[in-house]
Amino acid sequence: MSALLDVDQLMDKLEAGLRGLLNERGIESPVLIGIRTGGVWVADIIGKRLGIEEPFGELDISFYRDDFSRIGLNPKVTPSSLPFDTEGRDIILVDDVIMSGRTIRAAMNELFDYGRPASIILATLIDLGARELPIQPDVAGQSLTLGMQQRVKLRGPDPLRIELQETEQ
Amino acid sequence: MTANAASPNHLQLTRDGQLRHFLTLDGLNRELLTDILDTADSFIEVGERSIKKVPLLRGRTVVNLFFEASTRTRSTFELAAKRLSADVLNLDINTSATSKGESLSDTLLNLEAMASDMFVVRHAQSGAPHFIAQSVTPGVAIINAGDGRHAHPTQAMLDMLTIRQHKGGFEGLKVAIVGDILHSRVARSQIRALNELGAEQIRVIAPGTLLPRDVESLGCTVEYDMAKGMKDLDVVIMLRLQKERMEGALLPSEREFYRLYGLSQDKLALAHPECIVMHPGPINRGVEIESAVADGPQSVILNQVTNGIAIRMAVMSMAMGGQVAERQQKLNELNELNERGLA
Repeated sequence: MSALLDVDQLMDKLEAGLRGLLNERGIESPVLIGIRTGGVWVADIIGKRLGIEEPFGELDISFYRDDFSRIGLNPKVTPSSLPFDTEGRDIILVDDVIMSGRTIRAAMNELFDYGRPASIILATLIDLGARELPIQPDVAGQSLTLGMQQRVKLRGPDPLRIELQETEQ
Repeated sequence: MTANAASPNHLQLTRDGQLRHFLTLDGLNRELLTDILDTADSFIEVGERSIKKVPLLRGRTVVNLFFEASTRTRSTFELAAKRLSADVLNLDINTSATSKGESLSDTLLNLEAMASDMFVVRHAQSGAPHFIAQSVTPGVAIINAGDGRHAHPTQAMLDMLTIRQHKGGFEGLKVAIVGDILHSRVARSQIRALNELGAEQIRVIAPGTLLPRDVESLGCTVEYDMAKGMKDLDVVIMLRLQKERMEGALLPSEREFYRLYGLSQDKLALAHPECIVMHPGPINRGVEIESAVADGPQSVILNQVTNGIAIRMAVMSMAMGGQVAERQQKLNELNELNERGLA
């Protein structure tokens, strides 16, 4: 186990990428929504860096996962909390890691049950590739290709650090 | 019946301790009961969205099998199933095939042939949902919506959710259940849940004729004098006088019952000032509860109804989840055996 990536550096890249994109699209007052658990930690930090004062939302996607028919319901589900109306808003959806893309599909399905946002930008701290769905982040802190036995995990919230784990097959 | 079949947990839980049927609170530990309440909290949030639906049971068929009349329970089960995106079939058995002489087993076989995934069962006979759970095809979940005098576990859990919302938890709570304990499956389930979740005192307040024998063995104290019983209460749960189940003269008169055990504003004033008033419904105004109390600021009776939807969504999705996870686990084990050439 080792911390191979510097979280601050990744946050710098994520912040710069988001500033550029918001600027390019002319988005002035975006709202942040983090996917539990890691995405919420990242949203918290990025929100402060971007100077977004509106409190960020938290999404628990347990009720929208596509593997319910294989593993059943996540026993530790917590209520999603969106302290604003999403209708017509520009949303920055944040997760710590993107891989298959299934989490993001579930998150977007859930988001649309709250209303019709004007736009969604997807921001992730790490992009591990290995996609199973046609979903790509608009901004990522770092792209990474893992070996078969490697796993990456964000630990937090204070301090936030990235762990690379070697699993035994 | 073997010892295993008699144990409710053998039926209700998977090997991993997940719910797969929901028949009784007996044998369910505090952790699982808390998981149910926590999951229901998340469904309450879903109920506040513009689209109050999640896709968990999409493509699955839920049959509401009611052998006994019910308005609130049946309609909240129906709404819960629909908010989980299930297809729902409501069967009022009083008016259907059984009155033409079809046996319960035959009715069930026919419903299973329609590829149902879950039966929500209410029956006047104690133990009917257990019987069905024992004989049903693997993969089909059974939810008890009230059986005879035995149990009404979703009602008790929605009451626990309501108490937790208003009191923050169960530690140190003094709770009384008042009225017709004898005929009440709700009271039995409530006493069990309150004990498991750690309430400090559970009192039952009723005339001797409306108490089951050995009621203390359920884990409560008995009080015949309501004025004494109301003292320091945090929660008072009124029960409906079940006139349809009364045989013989258990009561002198309704008026006498109201005078002694009805919840009036005067009697409520004897409890803790922040005591909440609950009632599983339907309420008989002026028989067990004064209108001013039922509609008053301490009443949470309508919160109970809202919470009923969330609790039923929680229990249905957890039981269905346990069933599908178990089926997948068995498939995986079979595949493994196949690969090793053993099957």
